[in-house]
Amino acid sequence: MGFDQYHEPAAELPEEARTFARMCANLIEEAEAIDWYEQRLAIERDPVAREIMLDAEGEEFKHFAMNLEFLLRRLPLWREIAQGILFQDGDIVEHGEESEEEATEGEAAKGAPLAGSESLGIGSLRGSVS
Amino acid sequence: MSHLLREHAPITEAGWRLLDDEARERLTPALAARKLVDFSGPHGWEYSATNLGRAEEVADVPGDGVAASQRRVLGLVELRAHFAISRVQLDDAERGAPDVDLETLDQAARRIARAENAVVFGGWSSAGIKGIGESSPHEKINLGEDCEVYPRHVAKSVDALRGVGIDGPYGLALSPEGHTHVLETAEHGGYPLLQHLQEILGGPIVWAPGMNGGVVVSLRGGDFLFDSGQDLSIGYEGHDADSVQLYLEESFSFRVATPEAAVPLPA
Repeated sequence: MGFDQYHEPAAELPEEARTFARMCANLIEEAEAIDWYEQRLAIERDPVAREIMLDAEGEEFKHFAMNLEFLLRRLPLWREIAQGILFQDGDIVEHGEESEEEATEGEAAKGAPLAGSESLGIGSLRGSVS
Repeated sequence: MSHLLREHAPITEAGWRLLDDEARERLTPALAARKLVDFSGPHGWEYSATNLGRAEEVADVPGDGVAASQRRVLGLVELRAHFAISRVQLDDAERGAPDVDLETLDQAARRIARAENAVVFGGWSSAGIKGIGESSPHEKINLGEDCEVYPRHVAKSVDALRGVGIDGPYGLALSPEGHTHVLETAEHGGYPLLQHLQEILGGPIVWAPGMNGGVVVSLRGGDFLFDSGQDLSIGYEGHDADSVQLYLEESFSFRVATPEAAVPLPA
């Protein structure tokens, strides 16, 4: 049995990191499955076979979305950025740039630790007392 | 690897989590200034100075027909509070002991929080930082010992702020002694003093270790600016057979943009 999703010694990884790695692996596998079904559907002519594969592809897409949602819940900043990109009309790249800028500025204003920082992440305490 | 050198400490990941959680828990109630002033950052350990948006002329320009000026900045200060943790205590934590003695860390957290509050409220002339209290042009209102008159003092402060066009809500930082008096006191009729003061202010009353007396400040924003380089973090210094030497550290600057947005209430 392989543990390819770990690039660091699994025993040294905290439990949260191992779960995160498993969910990333799930996400990749679901995306791959969607790709395979899309390619098969592109050449399949039998209508019943197509219907089954379309149904299966839909399932993979649902799993993909569930995995993505799980990861975004673990990373509030990414979630905020994704909210500015997903389900929006218009220029995707532009939305990406704007959303990232707004979300990171907002986090910084709240005193969120910098990426990779080892700080205690206390930041601003405005609004923490009534 | 960051300059905190945490990777070199003989402390497991669970041990670091214990220390970080304890520090966060002890610091949060004591960091009074952060509950009242604007916080910018953290900008990182490499961030060295706050832009003041000012420049001053420089003499002896090495060139004819050339004018020169130099930018003025406010250098960040670095605060460090050292402490040592017994390795026996860390080992006990690994075994699952729920009552590990982290008193040295708690004391360091109190020291650095008091220092941060003292800088923001009282200033630090050697570091070029003016505190909220000393910057204010308003007449000081002596707080005194008698809590019964606190509402009058606070109402007068709020009036003074409104009088110069400084909007609310307002907050009150109080020394631990003053804060205890307020909590203990009920006015005639049993109405808690704390609640009465909050109604006058429209904002919080903050327990502020490291400050003397009190100060009423506007919370409208943009008046008091705390610029964080590296936010509070625990770093590693060294270890021997008995203990691990660590420190709590932060870098920041503080400046008052609107001196008239505060009324000092000396003890």
